[in-house]
Amino acid sequence: MNAVARFFDSDIWWSFTRNPITVVSAIVAAICIGGAVLAPWIAPHNPFDLASLQLLDAFKPPAWSAEGDPTYLLGTDDQGRDMLSAIMYGARVSLLVGFLAVVMSVVLGVSAGLAAGYLGGTVDALLMRIADIKLTFPTILIALLIDGITRAVLPRDVHDQIALYVVIFAIGFSNWPSFARTVRGSTMVERNKEYVQAARVIGLGRGRIMVTHVLPNVLGPVLVIATLQLGFAILAEATLSFLGVGVPPTQPSLGTLIRIGNDFLFSGEWWITIFPGLALIVLVLSVNLLGDWLRDALNPKLR
Amino acid sequence: MTQPAMLETRDLARFFDVSRPLIQRALSREGRRMLRAVDGVTFEIPKGQTLSLVGESGCGKSTVARLVVGLYAPTRGEVIFDGRDLGDARSDATQRRRMQMIFQDPYASLNPRWRVRDIISEPIRAFGLLTDRGQIEARVGELLSQVGLSPLDGQKFPHEFSGGQRQRISIARALSSNPEFLVCDEPTSALDVSVQAQILNLMKDLQASLGLTYLFISHNLAVVRQVSDRVGVMYLGRLVENAPAETLFTTPRHPYTRALMEAIPDLDMTGRQRIPVGGEVPSPISPPSGCPFHPRCPLANDRCKAERPELIPARGTEQSQVACHAVEEGRDGGPQIEPAAVAMA
Amino acid sequence: MSNTQPLLEVRNLRVEFPTRRGTLVALNDVSFDIHPGEVLGVVGESGAGKSMTGAAIIGLLEPPGRIAGGTISLGGKRIDNLSPNEMRPIRGRQIGAIFQDPLTTLNPLYTVGRQLVETMTTHLPVTPAEARRKAIEWLELVGIPAAAQRIDSYPHEFSGGMRQRVVIALALCAEPKLIVADEPTTALDVSIQAQVIALLKTLAREKGTAMMLVTHDMGVIAETADRVAVMYAGRIVEIGAVRQVVKHPSHPYTIGLMGSIPPITHRLERMQQIEGAMPRLSAIPRGCAYNPRCPQVFERCRMDRPELMPAGETRAACWLYDAASEQGVLKAAQDA
Repeated sequence: MNAVARFFDSDIWWSFTRNPITVVSAIVAAICIGGAVLAPWIAPHNPFDLASLQLLDAFKPPAWSAEGDPTYLLGTDDQGRDMLSAIMYGARVSLLVGFLAVVMSVVLGVSAGLAAGYLGGTVDALLMRIADIKLTFPTILIALLIDGITRAVLPRDVHDQIALYVVIFAIGFSNWPSFARTVRGSTMVERNKEYVQAARVIGLGRGRIMVTHVLPNVLGPVLVIATLQLGFAILAEATLSFLGVGVPPTQPSLGTLIRIGNDFLFSGEWWITIFPGLALIVLVLSVNLLGDWLRDALNPKLR
Repeated sequence: MTQPAMLETRDLARFFDVSRPLIQRALSREGRRMLRAVDGVTFEIPKGQTLSLVGESGCGKSTVARLVVGLYAPTRGEVIFDGRDLGDARSDATQRRRMQMIFQDPYASLNPRWRVRDIISEPIRAFGLLTDRGQIEARVGELLSQVGLSPLDGQKFPHEFSGGQRQRISIARALSSNPEFLVCDEPTSALDVSVQAQILNLMKDLQASLGLTYLFISHNLAVVRQVSDRVGVMYLGRLVENAPAETLFTTPRHPYTRALMEAIPDLDMTGRQRIPVGGEVPSPISPPSGCPFHPRCPLANDRCKAERPELIPARGTEQSQVACHAVEEGRDGGPQIEPAAVAMA
Repeated sequence: MSNTQPLLEVRNLRVEFPTRRGTLVALNDVSFDIHPGEVLGVVGESGAGKSMTGAAIIGLLEPPGRIAGGTISLGGKRIDNLSPNEMRPIRGRQIGAIFQDPLTTLNPLYTVGRQLVETMTTHLPVTPAEARRKAIEWLELVGIPAAAQRIDSYPHEFSGGMRQRVVIALALCAEPKLIVADEPTTALDVSIQAQVIALLKTLAREKGTAMMLVTHDMGVIAETADRVAVMYAGRIVEIGAVRQVVKHPSHPYTIGLMGSIPPITHRLERMQQIEGAMPRLSAIPRGCAYNPRCPQVFERCRMDRPELMPAGETRAACWLYDAASEQGVLKAAQDA
């Protein structure tokens, strides 16, 4: 049986097909992610191509309203950019930040958790106290702090160039303790299992045992948390961008779009902020619902 | 006993610190608490023979097994493997590959994410015994056949096998580094009785064909009788009796050994009324003074409460070593014939 | 004993587990009786369905398992079709349960005395003061030293063996007519096992309580049971008086099982073993489920499923004992 056939025969796939909400969330998430990733090729307009922007087209309402223009399905913003295209490009930035931030949390958290759980003693105490201290600060506060420091020490143009990576670092650095704690717990269980003792009897080194034996057996819960954290990371980025400390305006994310649109909400141009907001909700909700299902599907009682 | 010893322990001890955290200790003004899991165990196993350690849970038999393969470092005393100190031997890969271990739980002893062929070949690769992929594959197939599985089973994952088959895989992994000495920690106690017989027969066959030396840990006296040359009975971290298997089962000397024998349900249905030993095993954190068995022993006197008996050859059964004042003083009524043997006759 | 009215009657019990790959039949056509004051041992290897039989009787089948056929009657009244609410007063008052792990039965937040008193005041017409006095009596009866002082202790303050004694007191204190004991001694040390078996035996005799004793340990069965049912792959393959089943088993599986128990009295060069393993529920062979492992298998065993039939002094589900068949006649001739 090859890998593909095995996947479609697996319990995970079976539980997936039996759960309508999950299937819907997966389809919605796939559309959101597909639209974002493929934006340069499938978006109706290029919102960053200054040459194609017409100020005459500014503030067009959605296509279905009386003054709507069929070329701009969701209307345009104050500079005449197509909202649908802006949302697709914005979601691309949001997803990139969210994904890389989670990857960073996973790498940091899994390494710390594995080391703390397997080595125990002082290493464990030290790493876990750092995690505890980290948890007493809210994500946003840390991110604001890191952003503030980088702004203060770097020249403005340099900061704008690396702003995206500063946000990724800020969010990724604030989320690693949840991975570390989970991995530490599972590692402490696995460490005492006899297959690890068998590897110790033949004299394998700690590093090798941690990576080849323990790591593959503690990754299940990590996958679940990573999916859920992706939603939180996207929201954190949107919050930062909404506050104006996130990604630079030259690369607007969903959060930036919401902030820009917010200025026009009370003057009647509601679509400039509502559509990016809806896109954010749909994206985060579908990813979170997938994460919830994954948590149940990987529950050892079902296996 | 003419054979040189494969493994020897001298006054082996291992304590575990089970103290509460420092702050709580300071508040309640209590000292450190040490769990004396193994407290002064001396034995030797001649090459090609089987020594079994029996006892109830918490007697320290599994800790001895882990000390012997180096999973724990001893608190006191030493382990000598084929004439060399264990620490010295374990730092040398050519020596380390000579000892392997078989575990109790066939569901926890195989990495669930690995294929069987990778599990079995791990020691081969770790010790660099073979490097060519084809040769490793051939060796894995050979090992699988040796333990009664099909060479094709190497492709599968552990969850595709029953408990007995998994224990065979565990044995194949242990054999893959061509060891001479195997530590078997309750290898059949998680298995059903019909499968237990298969595994015990397999282990006997392998011992005969490969000349293996076994340290066999078990709580099941009937199983121990089937596999052992010598049997050590442990109680609260100490050996209370160490005797040739035949002698131990026909003429048990230590009152605790007798109590264990007495506790075995009678399958022959002779209608013999058993008198179970009263009380329970005390905590190894605060073991009783003197002989650890004295609170439950029908022969205990003041000396037993005060003075710890040493493991010395017993009068009447000189091959047996017994740690009991009553046996030493002849208060135990001398060598007795096992009640079950009477029932047989 | 068999001329009295049976206390528990199990008829053609069938338990199914619906799964994604079809329905697994965990118990199939299981029938037996337990008479008042009788101890029925149920023995088998893991996965044979022995614990499931006990769980079905006390109405605690693990979902999605369900009773798909057959009846269970207690004192002539059906209990297999009761709702969980109707079943709750029966469990405790009429059926007591003892499990392998005492910690699953005892509530860690309440003292053992409180748990005993609550059980008695719920099921028996006693005042709390009377119940407390009786609780001390029960703790003394199950061999807890200084019962009057220890009654206010919490479960974690007792050792494993003592906890199992408390569980026994808890199962017996409402004076049920039937006790279902699932591996009551397996988690205990050898010397404590003997104490607990002796205790169960005495109490069942003294109180006239019937007991269904589920265990994998033939030794415990031989010491405690009056009759024994041997299970294999969800069915009873042999049932009879304990002495006959242990000393003169009829079914080839029981013979193999008895033969593979290592003896304590002597050393064997090689132990008898049954080849292979019990089939998974998803792959039970056609005909007799034991046929792939059976040394005496013949054509019919692979085709038709044998029912329990008289075999020597027990009843066994084996075609060797079918008087109408050629093999049955041969077997009878050999035995004679």
